[in-house]
This record gives sequence, C-alpha cells and structure tokens, in this order.
Amino acid sequence: MRVLRLLKPAVFVLCLVPLGLMVFDGVTGGLGVNPVEAITHRTGDWTLRLLLVTLAMTPLRRLSGWGWPLRVRRMLGLFSFFYACLHLLTYVWLDQFFDLWAIVEDVIERPFITVGMLAFVGLIPLAVTSTNGMMRRLGRRWKVLHRLVYAVAILGVVHFWWLVKADVREPLLYALILAGLLGYRVVGYVRRLRRARSSRLETGAGA
Amino acid sequence: MLIKRPEPIPGSEITPREVYEDRRRFLRQAAVGGLALAGLGLTGRVTASPAYPSVPASPFSTDEKPNSLHDITHYNNFYELGTGKRDPARFAGHLKPRPWSVAIEGESEKPAVYDIEDFIRPQALEERIYRLRCVEGWSMVIPWVGFPLADVLRQARPTSRAKYVEFTTLHDPKMLPGQRVRVLDWPYVEGLRLDEAMHPLTILAVGLYGDVLPNQNGAPLRLVVPWKYGFKSIKSIVKIRFVEEQPVSSWMAAAPREYGFYSNVNPNVDHPRWSQATERRIGEFLKRDTLMFNGYGEQVAQLYEGMDLRKHF
Repeated sequence: MRVLRLLKPAVFVLCLVPLGLMVFDGVTGGLGVNPVEAITHRTGDWTLRLLLVTLAMTPLRRLSGWGWPLRVRRMLGLFSFFYACLHLLTYVWLDQFFDLWAIVEDVIERPFITVGMLAFVGLIPLAVTSTNGMMRRLGRRWKVLHRLVYAVAILGVVHFWWLVKADVREPLLYALILAGLLGYRVVGYVRRLRRARSSRLETGAGA
Repeated sequence: MLIKRPEPIPGSEITPREVYEDRRRFLRQAAVGGLALAGLGLTGRVTASPAYPSVPASPFSTDEKPNSLHDITHYNNFYELGTGKRDPARFAGHLKPRPWSVAIEGESEKPAVYDIEDFIRPQALEERIYRLRCVEGWSMVIPWVGFPLADVLRQARPTSRAKYVEFTTLHDPKMLPGQRVRVLDWPYVEGLRLDEAMHPLTILAVGLYGDVLPNQNGAPLRLVVPWKYGFKSIKSIVKIRFVEEQPVSSWMAAAPREYGFYSNVNPNVDHPRWSQATERRIGEFLKRDTLMFNGYGEQVAQLYEGMDLRKHF
C-alpha cells in the first residue's frame, strides 16, 4: 500500500520530466538550430503522447485487473492539457509573437491549425470538469461529456498528420495506437449491446 | 521560456577576410611544406587546409551576415539522409562524394560523362553569399563556393529542342540510407526552364565557407537557385539532362496541389497548408517579411513577365 501512496507523486514527477529536459536543453543549447520549432514540436509530441497514455488507462485496468491505472488517469489527462497549453503558448508567443491577425488567418485558412485549435478547445471543458465536485454535480452527464476526449484525440492525430510534408511514419504510429485504443472500446460497446439484446430476447421468450 | 543564445559576435572580433585568407594560405603552405618534409608515405588530402581558400567574391553576393557553419550543417532538409533536421549531419558519413561522375545528356550536341574532378577543374570558382528560403518558412544566409550553371550548359551545346534542364540525385541506398524508405519516389528529380538554368544567379555549388561542400549539404555537387524555395536546389547531382518537355519534379509528383514546377519564393502565394508571408531567419527570434523572389526580383522578375504566378506556383 505504501507503493500506491507513492504512485501519484511518482507519476507527477515523471510527467514533468519532458518539461525539465526541454528547459535543460534550452539552457545548454540542446534545442538545436531552430529552438522555437524544437519547442513547438516537443510540447505537441507530449500533448499527444500523454493523451494516448490517458486513453490507455481504462483498457489497462480492464485487461490487467489492476486498480492503479484509474487512480492516475485524471492526472495524466491534466498533464496532456498542460502540454497542450505550452504548445499553444509557444505558437502564440514564440512563433507568431501575439500577431492576432496572423493567428486568426492561420486558424481559418490552414486545416491543420484549425483541427489543432479545435482539439485544444475540446480539452478545456474536460479540464474544467475534472474535479471531484464537478463529477458529483454533473452526475451521469459527466461521462457523456468526457467522451469528447475521443474526438479530441482524433483531431490531435489529424493535426500531426496534416502538418508533415511527406514522411507520415510518425503520425501513422500515433494513429495506429489511437485506433487500437478506440477499437478496444468499440468492441466492448458492441459486445455489451449484443448481450443486452440477447438477454432482452430471452426475457421476451419467457413472457 | 529559457532560451539561451550565444552573444552576437561583435564586429571587432571577426577576422577580416584578408587576414584569414592570408592565414589559410599560410596554413596551406605550411601543410605543403610539412608534407614535403614528411616525404613518402603520406597519402590523401591535407584536411588542415581548406579546399578553396581564396576564391574571388562575386558581386551577386548579399552583404547580410552569413549563418554559422554549424547552423548550415546541422539543420538540413536532405531526405536521402533522413527526414529529421539533424539526420543529414548524423548520417553524412554514409555518402562518399569521391569518386563521383556527372553525366550531361539529352538534347545536347556534346553529351558526356565527367569525373567530378575533371568537371570542376576548368570552372572559375567564386564565392556567392546567397539567401536561402525554405518552403517551410525559415531562411539562412549561406556563403557558397561555386560557378554559374550556364558555363556548363553552354559548353554542352544544347540543341534547339532543349527547353528545360532536368537534374537527378544519386540513387544509392547504401550511400543515401534515407532512400530505403519510400518517402518520395527516388531518385530525387528537379528541373528548371532553360532560361532559368542559364541565369547568372543560378550556380552549381561545390563548396561552403571556402571549403569542400559537406556531405549533408549535397556533396559533391549541388544546384543553388536563390530565388526559389530550397527544395529546388537539388543535392548530390549525378545527371544533368536537356529535355523538351517540362520535367516532373519529385515534390510535384508527391503533392501536385502543394508544389508547382516554378516554386519561386512568393509571399503572396501561400502553400496550401501554411503561410509564406513571413519567415524566421535562423538565429533571429522575430519573424521577418518574406521578399518577392527572395529579394532577387530585380535580377529575375523579367523571366516571368506576363505569367500568372498564382497559377504557375
């Protein structure tokens, strides 16, 4: 049980490692020749990675029977949002330097930025309603609202896919992992549906 | 955000050209002298001496401050050596730029295959400090060593049917391991209209910063067309072919909606997925406006008179 008590602090620290490395590289010149681009890519990568890790927690719990994945799921999701905020801040500040017109133009005219921005906007209600109080207040609707995360993840992968020029191997990897995670849920949903229908048929036959 | 940048080098710290050229000459002479003293047994090149220590400066050079050799050699798009920006520097060792041969063929009265040394030797090398604007929205200033492509083309005596020039990169997955993955349809192909190819700004580069061209920059021979996006300046060339029909470049084949044949730097015509109005000069924080024809409009605008550059992007 002591191990479980350490779980959350450990995950917290682990999620801060990419940021720490980025700061370290920033100070020591490790961000390379185009640091703004490097920061943009790294914060985007970690947003997507942590989002996929978050989505992996439910299947992991079901398949393994362990309880701990659900205890860190919220924290992982919030860290994904944290890196998404850094990603957006990098774009608005370091890349566009608060040029509001250029940003509006980008969001309207460039599909990969449009879907990226949509994904970010979709994350906001999820982060806002992540507290225990909000879960209580929303009741059953909380679960419905948080299904939005599936759409956000798809938009996130599309955002990555549409920004690369020719080499889609990396976004393809993310897409395959996401497809697996969503596929797992679809299979579960179809099974539950079939089970419910067959049990209804059985009770119907008995009447 | 913590981004530590090296302090800009004050002008007083920069060694004047005459002094450093003198120093290089001295080093070379010293090296040659050393070789003579060492006598037998020493083969290969003297790495201490730059290959092109005193090529004359060209009036076509910009007076903007060139990017550092490190920047120019560690931030490259050369998919044949990997699609990451640092990959070409990492995998540069696979490419062996000697021995190398270059074929001139197609609609030419004097088609021939040259050894790279014989190809370069008769050319009058000069230093050309050019701006380079990448289609991705960044730019650099690069001190090339090269010679006008026109000198080579004229010598090859193109026939009256020659309307375009097509260039091909080496196709050898051993030397260019990126070609093991079919990101583009290898080998890389680029093309220019004959008048663009004959333009005095268009050069074949064989060196950088007074020395031999590093592998990741397209050794031993690459094209440099400073008013077009960087991907037009094809690297590690093995074939130059005069053709009658407009060539289909690798990027046109990969994404015809995004990359046209001309690919002139044009802030008014956006890439379908990102704006081309501004660029980040490597080493600078704020973006700057992109100039029409990358600032070479005075020299090249007349090549495109009467053309709709939105259509011919």
